[in-house]
Amino acid sequence: MLDSIALILGTTLMYSTPLIFASLGGVISENSGVVNIGLEGMMVIGAFMGATVGYYSGNPWLGFLSGGLAGGVFGFLHAVACVTFSADQIVSGIAINFLGPGLALFLSRIFFSGATMTKAIDLNNKMPRPLANLFPRDSFGYYFLGNRYATVYLAFIAVFIVWFILYKTSLGLRIRAVGEHPAAADTLGVNVKNIRYWTTTFSGVFAGFGGAAMSLAIVSNFRPTLISGHGFIALAAMIFGKWKPHGAMMACLLFGGAQGITVFLGQFDLNIPTQLFAMLPYVLTLVILVAFVGRSAAPAADGIPYEKENKI
Amino acid sequence: MVKKLLVLLILAVLVLAGCGQAKKETGIKVAMVTDVGGVNDQSFNQSAWEGLQRAEKELGVTVNYVESKQDADYKPNMETLLDAKNDLILGIGFKMGEALSESAANNPEQKYAGIDCFFDAPTPNLVGILFKEQEPSFLVGYIAGKMTKTNKVGFVGGMDFFVIHKFHYGFMAGVKYANPECEILVQYADSFTDAAKGKAIANQMYKNGADIVYHAAGGVGDGVIEAAKEQNKYAIGVDRDQNDLAPDNVITSAMKRVDNAIFNLTQTLVNGQFPGGSNVVYGLKEGGVDIAPSSSKHVPAEILEEVEKIKAQIIAGEIIPPTNAEEFKNFK
Repeated sequence: MLDSIALILGTTLMYSTPLIFASLGGVISENSGVVNIGLEGMMVIGAFMGATVGYYSGNPWLGFLSGGLAGGVFGFLHAVACVTFSADQIVSGIAINFLGPGLALFLSRIFFSGATMTKAIDLNNKMPRPLANLFPRDSFGYYFLGNRYATVYLAFIAVFIVWFILYKTSLGLRIRAVGEHPAAADTLGVNVKNIRYWTTTFSGVFAGFGGAAMSLAIVSNFRPTLISGHGFIALAAMIFGKWKPHGAMMACLLFGGAQGITVFLGQFDLNIPTQLFAMLPYVLTLVILVAFVGRSAAPAADGIPYEKENKI
Repeated sequence: MVKKLLVLLILAVLVLAGCGQAKKETGIKVAMVTDVGGVNDQSFNQSAWEGLQRAEKELGVTVNYVESKQDADYKPNMETLLDAKNDLILGIGFKMGEALSESAANNPEQKYAGIDCFFDAPTPNLVGILFKEQEPSFLVGYIAGKMTKTNKVGFVGGMDFFVIHKFHYGFMAGVKYANPECEILVQYADSFTDAAKGKAIANQMYKNGADIVYHAAGGVGDGVIEAAKEQNKYAIGVDRDQNDLAPDNVITSAMKRVDNAIFNLTQTLVNGQFPGGSNVVYGLKEGGVDIAPSSSKHVPAEILEEVEKIKAQIIAGEIIPPTNAEEFKNFK
């Protein structure tokens, strides 16, 4: 029984890690006023780049960084469209969601002699499991933490960093000011476009990390269906988490935990259609968030392009 | 202009050289439409194309393919091949079913066939090609039943419906046939894409004492195989030889030989025995399914010998692997 609890907790961590990275990406850009529904596309290209560079270099960290970088390039494209050209941020996001899988497929065929799947990375060249030797095999600690990859811990560190920057530094104050009232921030000498460029690019970097966490830790290869809806779940988690990094993290953990419980319950022959179980994470997340979290409001200027001449 | 002439000249030389070979030309043209995986997907499409290439070599038919970039391409691609006056147009993958039956109804003179497609009432110019997935599942189940050290094996299914039940119950019967004492853990992921869920389920099965897990779950299976790799346990692949995903852990795979099925079908076309208006099911007997060639790496030779005997029995109809819960209950 204890082992089962450890496995549920372990599954929770495994499941939520890519989501946490991606939802942080959402938090960063939306707090500065740029809606990013392109998280999914950015995750896909991140997952592909991570797996490809990880495979060819044999170095998971290089792969992980490349995944982030590829996501960052997409984030930059999103910024060019949304900040410089004041394009509709939803439309640009959708374009990125098409571009990500398309480009990943295209590149995959170039790098892997026509195949749409990347080759599997050897276990020794995957992300390390820092605590693997701390616990004996088949112990509580092993199932909970020992079998977890470095990306899991990195995700929590990233949450802390983003929280710290947003709420404990003057840069964070500027970012949030730009998201709430860009005109006011502008009159006080904050460079709105500059801030939005950086936040949107970093939003892509985090989403790319999320994708790479998928293809370098959870599995060891990329296939086009690897990222299927994770970006959108991350987006929802960000909204449920009230656009706050720790809130988004909690929402991701909740979703991951519900998946863990689903897998746990699924092993018993309960005579309940498995489809009902499959719904559990979504239903549970919805119910808990509606019942306990309550109303969440976006930053006031979220989704509105900023142009100096506009009177707001 | 010079360039164009040069190209023409080269083409002419090539054509003449082609004529020089002692290859019988039937003048029959066969072409296929891939699904979004593309022709080098290391899976169905690639296998199908290999089958056609073999047909070109051995039967003297002319072959070609068109790749689909998205689901919406299926119909236009079929139109393209129709305009190119092919004798037979093949659609690869169950997603092609609708486009195929519609095209077949609109063009009664044109022959069509769909891999992994079942047609309720196929028109006389249409053939559905299916596989007896329960047969290779039975064989890998037998291997699992013989090789398990814990007397516990697992099965991870994609979605809980009749197609996956063929894998599920074929496997269970194979395990029980080899080792009646063996316990089988079964769990469905309700997804064909969620690799993390596959990994979580497999981790749980390994924790609960299973040492070999078979999956029939597409992308979910990547997670299953990953779990085997991490826990240093065994996994069994599906559809193609998945040993490359984890060379030390994937002991065998239940394969569909799409290439053989397509070669066979082309042969019927050449012989004038095209089975139009029906669904054809390929099993071990027709070479349509098998276990992976890489099995010999991990599976002891004596077990493989027994598997060969069982293959013969299945082909002879002495063993009929079950396809659903009912048949499994009555098995043996």
